[in-house]
Amino acid sequence: MSKSSAVPSGVTAATLAKDLRLEWRSKDALNSMLFFSLLVVVVFSFSFDPNAEESRQIAGGLVWVAFLFAAVVALNQTWARELRNHVLDAYRVSPAPANSLFMAKALGNFVFVVVLEVLMTPLFIMFYKLRALGPAWQLIPVAALGTWALVVNGTFFAAISLRTRSREIMLPLLLFPVSIPALLAMVNATTAILTGELSAKFWIVLLTTYDVVFTIACLLLFELVLNAE
Amino acid sequence: MKRVFPILGLLTAVLLSYALYEALVAAPTEQTMGNVQRIFYYHVPSAWTAFLLFFINFVCSIQYLVRPNPVADKLTNWTVIAIAIAACIAAFVIRPLPEGMEPSSVATTGLAIAGLYFLIKKCFSQTRTDALAVVTAEVGVVFCTVVLVTGPLWARPVWGIWWTWDVRLTSTLVLWLIYISYLMLRRFSTSGQTPVLAAALAVFGALDVPLVYFSIWIFRTQHPQPVIGGGGSIDPRMLHVLLINWLAFLFFAGLVCWSRYRLEILQREVEETQALEAMLEPRSRR
Amino acid sequence: MNFLYAAYAATWIIHIVYLGTLVRRYQRLSREIDELKKK
Repeated sequence: MSKSSAVPSGVTAATLAKDLRLEWRSKDALNSMLFFSLLVVVVFSFSFDPNAEESRQIAGGLVWVAFLFAAVVALNQTWARELRNHVLDAYRVSPAPANSLFMAKALGNFVFVVVLEVLMTPLFIMFYKLRALGPAWQLIPVAALGTWALVVNGTFFAAISLRTRSREIMLPLLLFPVSIPALLAMVNATTAILTGELSAKFWIVLLTTYDVVFTIACLLLFELVLNAE
Repeated sequence: MKRVFPILGLLTAVLLSYALYEALVAAPTEQTMGNVQRIFYYHVPSAWTAFLLFFINFVCSIQYLVRPNPVADKLTNWTVIAIAIAACIAAFVIRPLPEGMEPSSVATTGLAIAGLYFLIKKCFSQTRTDALAVVTAEVGVVFCTVVLVTGPLWARPVWGIWWTWDVRLTSTLVLWLIYISYLMLRRFSTSGQTPVLAAALAVFGALDVPLVYFSIWIFRTQHPQPVIGGGGSIDPRMLHVLLINWLAFLFFAGLVCWSRYRLEILQREVEETQALEAMLEPRSRR
Repeated sequence: MNFLYAAYAATWIIHIVYLGTLVRRYQRLSREIDELKKK
C-alpha cells in the first residue's frame, strides 16, 4: 500500500474534528435527527402500550429498533456531504491512508448516534416507566458495543451504497441481515439487564466478538471500496 | 460441450425421477411423523446444496479480492493449505468429536475445501471467477428458498407451528437474506467495480454466519424453544434415500449453474460488444 | 399428506420458475445478438 506515509491517527483525528465541527456549525442534520428521535419514541409509545410489567420485557427490543432507525437515517447522510463537494475524489488521491478516513467517519457517526441515544433514553424511561432490575451499569458497555456494531458496518455499507441507484434503501438492505446477530445480542442483553432475570454476560461477549471481527474486516476492505468507481 | 449437456440433462432427469420414487414410495415410513416426514428427502438435500453453492461463492469472492494483490494472494494460499492440514490433524487428534462428525469426513472436508480453492484458482480467470460468484449466489438463493418453503411445510403438520427460531432455520434465513442483499447490490450497483463491492459483501456475510449460529445458540439456551428436525441417528435405509436425492439435486444444481454461467458469459460478451459499437459509431449518426 | 405434496410441488415450482427466467433471458440475449449481427 502506498498510502502509509501520513500518520494515520493524525489524519483520523483531523478528519473527525472537521466532521464534528461541520456538524456543529450547520446543525441541520442534528436538529432533524433530534426531532426524528423524539417522534420515534412517541410513535412507539402509542403503538406499544406500556404497562410496567410488560414494558420491561419488550423495552429492550423497542429501544434498539428505535436506535436502529435513527442510526440508519444518520448513516445515510454520512457521505452525502462528501459527495456534494467531490471530497471523496480528493481523499482518493491524497496520501492519507483509507483506513484513517474510515475510522474518522465511523467515529463521527458513533458520536452522532450516541448523542441521539442519550437524548432518546430519558424519554423512553419516562414513557415506559423503566427501571433496571439488573446491574444497570452494564447498560453502558452494551450501548457502546451495540452502537459501534451498527455504526462500523453502517459506515462501510453506506460507502458501498454510494455507488448504487437507490442509495437510501440500499443501506438498510445491506446492513440489516449482517447485523442480525448483533441486534439479537443488544436486545437480549438490554432485556436481561432490565428484567434482571438472566445474565447479559454471554451477549456482551458476543457483541465484543462481533465488533472486533467486523471492525477488522471493514478496515481491511475499505480501501477497495473507496477506490471502486 | 454442446453434446455433453443433453446427455447430462437426461442422466439428471433419470436420477431425479429415481430419487423421487425412492423418497415417495421405497423409503420406509417414519414411525412418529408418518408420510409427511418424506419432505425431509427434499428439504435436507436442498439445504446442503444451497450451503455448498454459497460456499463456492465465498471462495470466489475471496479469490476475486485477493488475486490482484500478490502478497495477499500468497498469504491466502498458505492459509487454505493450513486449514486443510489442520482439519486432517484435528480429525484424528480431537477426541471425542462433536456429535455427528466422523474423522474421515472432517479430514475429507478440509481437503475438499483446499481442493476447491485451488481448482477455482486454476480454471477460472478473474472475470470468470466473478461470473461464477454471481451464478452460485443466484442458484444458491433458489435452493435456499426451497429450504425455507419446505421447512415450515414440514414443521406445521408435525410440530404444529410454522416457524421457530431454532439454530438451523434461523441461520438459513439469515443466509438467505444476506444473499438476497448481495443480489440486490449486484442489480442496483452503478459502479464499474461492482464485483469488488459484491465480493466484500459476501465476505461480510460469511463472517456473519458463525456469529448468527452462535447467537441463536445462546438465545436458545436462555429461552428453550421447540426443536425442529431432530438430530440423532438415522435409519440406514433413510440415509440411502437421502444421499440419492442429494446426488440427484447436485447434478441438477450443476446443470442449472452451467446454464446460468453460459448465459452470464454470453451476456458479458454482448455488453462488451455493444459498448464497443457505441464507441465506434460514426458521430454523424448520433 | 397434503403438506407432503405441497412441499414437493413447491420445490419444483420454484425451480421451474427460475429456469423460466433463464429461458427468457436467453431469448432476449439471442435477439440482441441478432441485432448486433445485422449491424
